[in-house]
Amino acid sequence: MVESLIPVLAGAIAAATPLIFAGLGELIAERTGVINLGVEGMMLTGAIAGFAAAADTGYGAAIGLPVGAIAGAATAMIFAFFALSLAANQAACGLALTIFGIGLSAFVGQHYVSYSLPGLQPLAIPLLSDIPLLGPVLFKQDAVVYLSFIAFAGVAWTLSKTRLGLLLKAVGESPESAHAIGYPVLGIRYGAVAFGGAMAGIAGAYLSTVYTPLWVQNMSAGRGWIAVALVVFATWKPTRLLLGAYLFGAVTILQFHAQGLGIDVPVQVLAALPYIATIVVLVVISRDRRLLQLNLPASLGKPFLP
Amino acid sequence: MHLLEPRAQPSQIMRWTAPLIAIAATLVVGSLLFWALGKPALASFQVFFIEPLTSSNGWSELLIKACPLILIAQGLAIGFKARIYNIGAEGQLIVGALFGGGVAIYFEGSDSSLIIPAMVLAGAVGGALWGALPALLKTRFNAEETLTTLMLTYVATFILSYMVNGPWRDPEGMNFPQSVMFGDSALFGILLEGSRVNTSVFITLFAVLAFWLFNAKSFLAYQLEVGGQAPAASRYAGFSAQRTIWFSLVMSGLTAGLAGVGEVAGPVGQLNLNISPGYGFAAIIVAYLGRLHALGIVLAGFLMALIYLGGEAAQVSLQMPAAITGIFQGMLLFFLLGADAFIDNRLRTPI
Repeated sequence: MVESLIPVLAGAIAAATPLIFAGLGELIAERTGVINLGVEGMMLTGAIAGFAAAADTGYGAAIGLPVGAIAGAATAMIFAFFALSLAANQAACGLALTIFGIGLSAFVGQHYVSYSLPGLQPLAIPLLSDIPLLGPVLFKQDAVVYLSFIAFAGVAWTLSKTRLGLLLKAVGESPESAHAIGYPVLGIRYGAVAFGGAMAGIAGAYLSTVYTPLWVQNMSAGRGWIAVALVVFATWKPTRLLLGAYLFGAVTILQFHAQGLGIDVPVQVLAALPYIATIVVLVVISRDRRLLQLNLPASLGKPFLP
Repeated sequence: MHLLEPRAQPSQIMRWTAPLIAIAATLVVGSLLFWALGKPALASFQVFFIEPLTSSNGWSELLIKACPLILIAQGLAIGFKARIYNIGAEGQLIVGALFGGGVAIYFEGSDSSLIIPAMVLAGAVGGALWGALPALLKTRFNAEETLTTLMLTYVATFILSYMVNGPWRDPEGMNFPQSVMFGDSALFGILLEGSRVNTSVFITLFAVLAFWLFNAKSFLAYQLEVGGQAPAASRYAGFSAQRTIWFSLVMSGLTAGLAGVGEVAGPVGQLNLNISPGYGFAAIIVAYLGRLHALGIVLAGFLMALIYLGGEAAQVSLQMPAAITGIFQGMLLFFLLGADAFIDNRLRTPI
């Protein structure tokens, strides 16, 4: 029984990987007080840019991921100009970015619809992958999954242990004070938004060059929005984000293993599960207003004009 | 990096010229985009924005596309004034289409003249229900309506997919995910001979007048607006925030549901997976571009319809994917938000 669960759990880890990248990026942006609802758009831009680079050069994900990151960060800068420099409504700017990104990726992607890429082979980590159950689930994955572990550790460490982390949080809690002490609030927010875009771009490129190595229009299928919801669910804490992403990975992967597990419901019901689960977790976390207020970055969504 | 500083008084001129500036900027950058893609800028511009309007067929297609956009945007504007951000009108449209289409399928073969009214009613109820759900989640559990309305849109597409792949699939449809074609009694009557313009136009017309009157005359509209602009003052005056949330989301769901019926009992004529080319999302832009004003929304709806038509024309004449429509929509919203920033602010004067 346990043996048969290994592919399901390993699949859940892989399915969670794009959510981890995109979620960590959004988490950093929101910690500095900027809510960017354009994750879906940045993810799709990263997905097509990464796919195009991988397909045209033949170097696969090794070139796809960095190019996806650059494309994601570049589109994030459009958002940043309007939402930060012009202090426009952040939620609406994010929506504009999503609409723009969906259109742009579909436009560029028309040349790549029939391509497919080789993807990445799993890379077993010596010793660690021999641990019973945990080994094959966590340590017989592709390289990008390991990269997501590193990204998580890096973000968690930066936020809790470094000066930079303190600065990011200070800008989110009280941009006025940070500005008064002499920190460049807008510059720091620009940086955080760019980081969020790069991470969303990596998430997208992982989808198109590794997870399902082909280009399909709108292939992120709402994962960008789920990542935004995950940040709320995580109450802006990286560890809870990681756990939430794995939970969603498991829900997502269920539809591919349902038959094997003896679950007999229409495929559309299973496919809708991640979205329903998102609503459920939002409800569960939001009903505790105090918990949300305690952790919410105080300046979230509010433009800053000194 | 700080480009702006607050004005002493909001600029009324900017409030009304911002949409024009945004449109102009979209046209300029759009033309540059065509040029960058190696298409002749002027000729492309002509194909996209002028040619659709040079035939009577073009104008009637424009009307067909503008109607659902205007209808949905009227409902959304109520919520936006109160700062209730329903971004899931697309899902409410789909559920409205499912409810209305369900009536058509259930009474297939009947030629009763009551079928269309029943479909309209069912669509309104369906859309309103799909809007009521996030209202419940917001009022009862404090869940953000932006994310819940959007997630419910995905859920709605899966319900639609299930219905047209399963119980409501046309048995003679070669296994395509689509329902039977609706009979004449389940379709809006054609209004203009030789075109696809149908009597559902009157629903949009009625909605425009109703919302215009509502905004101009009703105390409730005033309460909604105060609630959005000054929540504290609104609470002090005893206006109910809960009622605002319910009213905004149910009304915008209702209009989106009606738009859904307009599509399936109109140009589409059946339930399938392509009942809306993103009208629910585009209507958000229409509402803001029309300054959340009933008549402004009418103008903005026609412009957005032209962008859709232009996208189709570009597909045929310029061999460009229809996705160009999305690029234009995104740019338009960005430029509008950017221009809007100058209502309350002005460019910083260097010290």
